[in-house]
Amino acid sequence: MHKLNPMNALGGNAAQVDKIGHLTLSENNNLALASVSARLGNQNACHKHVKALIGDVPGPGSCRFNDPVSGYWMGPDSWMMIAPHDTHEHLATDLKARFAQTASITEQTDGWCCFDVQGETVERLIERLCNINIREMKSGDAHRTSIEHLSCFVLRCDPMDHVRIFGPRSSAGSLHHALVTVMKAIA
Amino acid sequence: MTQTNRLDGGLINRSQTYSFKFDGKSMQGHEGDTLASALLANDVRLMGRSFKYHRPRGPLTSGSEEPNAIVELREGARKEPNTRATTAELFDGLHANSQNRWPSLAFDVMAINDRFSQFLAAGFYYKTFMWPAAFWEKVYEPIIRKAAGLGTLSHQPDPDCYDKGFLHCDLLIIGAGPSGLAAALTAGRAGAQVILADEDFVLGGRLNSETFAINEDTANAWAAASVAELMSMPNVRVMSRTTIIGAFDHGVYGAVERVSDHVATPAEGKPRQILWRVYSKQAILAAGATERPIAFQMNDRPGIMLASAMRAYANRWAVTPAHCVAIFTNNDDGHRTAADLRSKGVTIAAVVDTRPDAPSTGAYETIAGGQITNTQGRLGLTAVEVTLPTGTTRTLSCGALGVSGGWNPNVHMTCHQRGRPEWNEKIAAFVPGGTLPTGLTVVGAANGDLSTHGALDGGANAAVKAVVDLGYSAKTGDVPVAEDAPINITPFWHVNGAKRAWVDQQNDVTAKDVVLAHKENFTSVEHLKRYTTLGMATDQGKTSNMAGLAIMAEVAGKQIPQVGTTVFRPPYTPTAIGAFAGRSRDENFRPVRKTPSHQYADEQGAVFVEVGMWLRAQWFPKAGETHWRESVDREVLQTRNSVGICDVTTLGKIDVQGADAAIFLNKIYCNPFAKVPVGKVRYGLMLREDGIAMDDGTAARLAEDHFVVTTTTANAVGVYRHMEFVRQCLYPDMDVQLISTTEAWAQFSVAGPNARKLLQKIVDREHDIGNDAFPYMACGEITVCGGLRARLFRISFSGELAYEIAVPTRYGDALVRKMMEAGKEFDAVMYGTETLGVMRIEKGHAAGNELNGTTSALNLGMARMVSKKKDSIGSTLSEREGLNEGDALKLVGLKPVNPDDPVPAGSHLMTKGSTVDAAHDQGYVTSACYSPNLGHHIALAFLKSGDTRIGEVVRLVSPLTGIDHDVEVVSAHFVDPEGERLRA
Repeated sequence: MHKLNPMNALGGNAAQVDKIGHLTLSENNNLALASVSARLGNQNACHKHVKALIGDVPGPGSCRFNDPVSGYWMGPDSWMMIAPHDTHEHLATDLKARFAQTASITEQTDGWCCFDVQGETVERLIERLCNINIREMKSGDAHRTSIEHLSCFVLRCDPMDHVRIFGPRSSAGSLHHALVTVMKAIA
Repeated sequence: MTQTNRLDGGLINRSQTYSFKFDGKSMQGHEGDTLASALLANDVRLMGRSFKYHRPRGPLTSGSEEPNAIVELREGARKEPNTRATTAELFDGLHANSQNRWPSLAFDVMAINDRFSQFLAAGFYYKTFMWPAAFWEKVYEPIIRKAAGLGTLSHQPDPDCYDKGFLHCDLLIIGAGPSGLAAALTAGRAGAQVILADEDFVLGGRLNSETFAINEDTANAWAAASVAELMSMPNVRVMSRTTIIGAFDHGVYGAVERVSDHVATPAEGKPRQILWRVYSKQAILAAGATERPIAFQMNDRPGIMLASAMRAYANRWAVTPAHCVAIFTNNDDGHRTAADLRSKGVTIAAVVDTRPDAPSTGAYETIAGGQITNTQGRLGLTAVEVTLPTGTTRTLSCGALGVSGGWNPNVHMTCHQRGRPEWNEKIAAFVPGGTLPTGLTVVGAANGDLSTHGALDGGANAAVKAVVDLGYSAKTGDVPVAEDAPINITPFWHVNGAKRAWVDQQNDVTAKDVVLAHKENFTSVEHLKRYTTLGMATDQGKTSNMAGLAIMAEVAGKQIPQVGTTVFRPPYTPTAIGAFAGRSRDENFRPVRKTPSHQYADEQGAVFVEVGMWLRAQWFPKAGETHWRESVDREVLQTRNSVGICDVTTLGKIDVQGADAAIFLNKIYCNPFAKVPVGKVRYGLMLREDGIAMDDGTAARLAEDHFVVTTTTANAVGVYRHMEFVRQCLYPDMDVQLISTTEAWAQFSVAGPNARKLLQKIVDREHDIGNDAFPYMACGEITVCGGLRARLFRISFSGELAYEIAVPTRYGDALVRKMMEAGKEFDAVMYGTETLGVMRIEKGHAAGNELNGTTSALNLGMARMVSKKKDSIGSTLSEREGLNEGDALKLVGLKPVNPDDPVPAGSHLMTKGSTVDAAHDQGYVTSACYSPNLGHHIALAFLKSGDTRIGEVVRLVSPLTGIDHDVEVVSAHFVDPEGERLRA
């Protein structure tokens, strides 16, 4: 085991939690991410691996929640796979072995920061942050959007009052500030 | 005694009394009042001074179309000038001041302008302030601006916050009057997702200002019940205090919600206003209509207002501007005002109706065929002069006059995408016409249906059509029973012979000004607007445009539709700039990107610099260092003498994978990449399609089908976009996958003669990083600190023995601390972007200053890198004749002949003895620094035929800063030109 201590996206050692009004905002550092992009001519084989891994091949605007690996659509024949970091820190390596030459796998774990927001006013929060139609999103919907000029993914989870936001890790502070500002505004 | 003009009834809450101040005088009003209604209740008719002539003015209207009652609202940093008293909700403690007057509203020195009005006619400043030309900016304009009437800013930062948001709906309904409410009820009951927005704080529109019944209830009670039902529907979002300010493409509308304007200060954390972007599938414009005035001699005295406003003040706010009023009308609606006010105990001096066949109930005197030809009262109306059909005149004593010239549908939103209204003879007004914004339907008074029944019916039917088109099942149901009076109007725009009849009261434009514009051949409606400023005030001419068009038509001998209309543009009503800024202000103007070592650098006292959105450590000052140069010189020397560490995470990193990855990069870079061995890095230069250099960087081959490309920090996004374009559009048949990994890896440069020794304490022992096993330009996946996955690249920007080491970002902070701890024995130093810059200039490496979008590989001294053995993007066009002329700019180094002289970037180079002008320009300095290794300033520059001029002394000039001294042309490689250090 190596001797380096990880730092969370917001700069602390413990995940930051903010409870404001009806919402709880939790920094989620326990996620390993890896992108999967099908190789040319190997799309079908790649799809089979995706389905075997997460139970479905998510199409545009959707994600598949599964245990332990979930995934959401990122682009044509491209998905982001998510698993608990505690148990799957080497997710990219594992997926490379599974997908072999059918897909290109890239570790994305620390390319992103993740915030989980839960509470009855989550729709009011999202509609103040980005132009996706959160009120029409169902559990399992995932949209790429812009929040505070930052390219983000917004996933509607199960239960519906839980939304997961992935944003660029280097701007975690700015994204967090925007979330907290709006949470206070709608509290 | 307060509120002497308060009547019985109304929709105000008399149990809640608010105290407020106007021009320092304390008064009282009630919840539900506007500032204007509260002032009128306190017998204050004079509320402002006009823009140009400083004439005393009172409210003309009771809504957002108000041109006159413009005040400065609130105090201190929250002071907001040019706010309409007619829409400002009263709250306890409100402070308002009149504006554009000195020393007081009642006695305004600048009212002298009014005495010289004959010299200040339309366009006077175009003709008057011509000479001398230099006086315009320095003398005339400042004086005119000071004299012209707008409020003053607080000059303090806005203490309030603003927000923005995004809404989606099946149906957006703009306006909650009878047609809007009917539409919302119909669509809401059908289950559609509905947004109902209205600028007022009480929904119902004119229903709150009228006394007629709907079904068997009062109009306002029906409105309140309808609103209550709508608010109970989960699929309907009712938004009061929300103005739809613009219609944009694809069913998108802008809306400003005034969240906290009705309270003294917003609650903690709450925004003052929210700018919403509304995405609608269908929209219904139910914005109602605005009554228009009639222009007559001295028609602007305080107390003269629209008859509908007078009725609204009486019925909704229980206020009359005076206890004896007269009415001047050309249609039946004026009589409704007389009847309503009379029923509330207000004396009606007379109704002057321009129509010879004016109706008369006998309840008050009606002067059929009469015209008002003059008025009296310096600071408020005291009497009007009526000219009877016989030609004789009568004087009527009255404190207020209601004027009704007909109604103009509020077509503004239909014009935001160049829709042109059409003339409707029946109501003598323009109605929506031409191409409307996609999905927009207009109903009710906004569409020319001026009866309440017409509004209710039109709203319900439009809603049915809109939601049925969206797949809902809907029906109109029973349309409530309401008045359905016909429109009886005889157009009458202005009283002839008036010398000073105001058409646009906000910009002080008279009927005579319109005639003057025609005389001077400004006959186009657009020219009329600009010459006279008619309709160019903040009210966009809501009460004035029609009269201006009518008078222009009359003098031009045309019909009104032939004159045409000007274009209404967003925003519908004045909007605070803060609302457009939203949360993006001050330090949150844009997001910040922080490097993995940001916290550590901050602890070390680093000075940060913005590089795009990144915050990078610029230098790390130590105790006793008083100038940045001391810090940078120390960092440079310490790195070159031992070892330095720099966070280079900001450089773009693009993961390139696929069977065709190498072939793909061979197209992207102008130099060969197809045969880069696994475990090797190659420097690459990318050209744009036009042959100009785009970016440089490295590509490390981690596997046969896997590269990591690095880009400059500034071009990371652009290069990635370019590569995606090439992949998707130019070579879709290649098996290549791209994804950015810039954020995923914390990357540090470790440079200096002791770099290897330091890293050997970090890198796990099983990975040999010695010079033989890991030579210059090697790369590999390794582990560090006992097993953490990492990447190591032996590349050097500084020219020293150097590595770049990358670990997953979350471990970046720990790694930099670990390396600095391990580097103590070598006196390792953290260095910032300044030192990075100094060392790359010393080494002669091109960076953003040299890759400036105008330079080619030839200019950069890299012409030989452009492979002739393959096709790559930009290679063909890089051979253009114009890019390969004999005296092309070449990258060179410069050093001052006098070692103490600086060599500033931006300076130009001239041949000794030549004239200093652009025609003789020989080149320019791109990058410059003080080299602590050489002990003098150095620079990189582009010089014509520079490669053949090594050793020549040229003039360095900067006429703007007075620099003119000699520099010697030298090789760009000031340090270790043979590259021995980096291969050590």
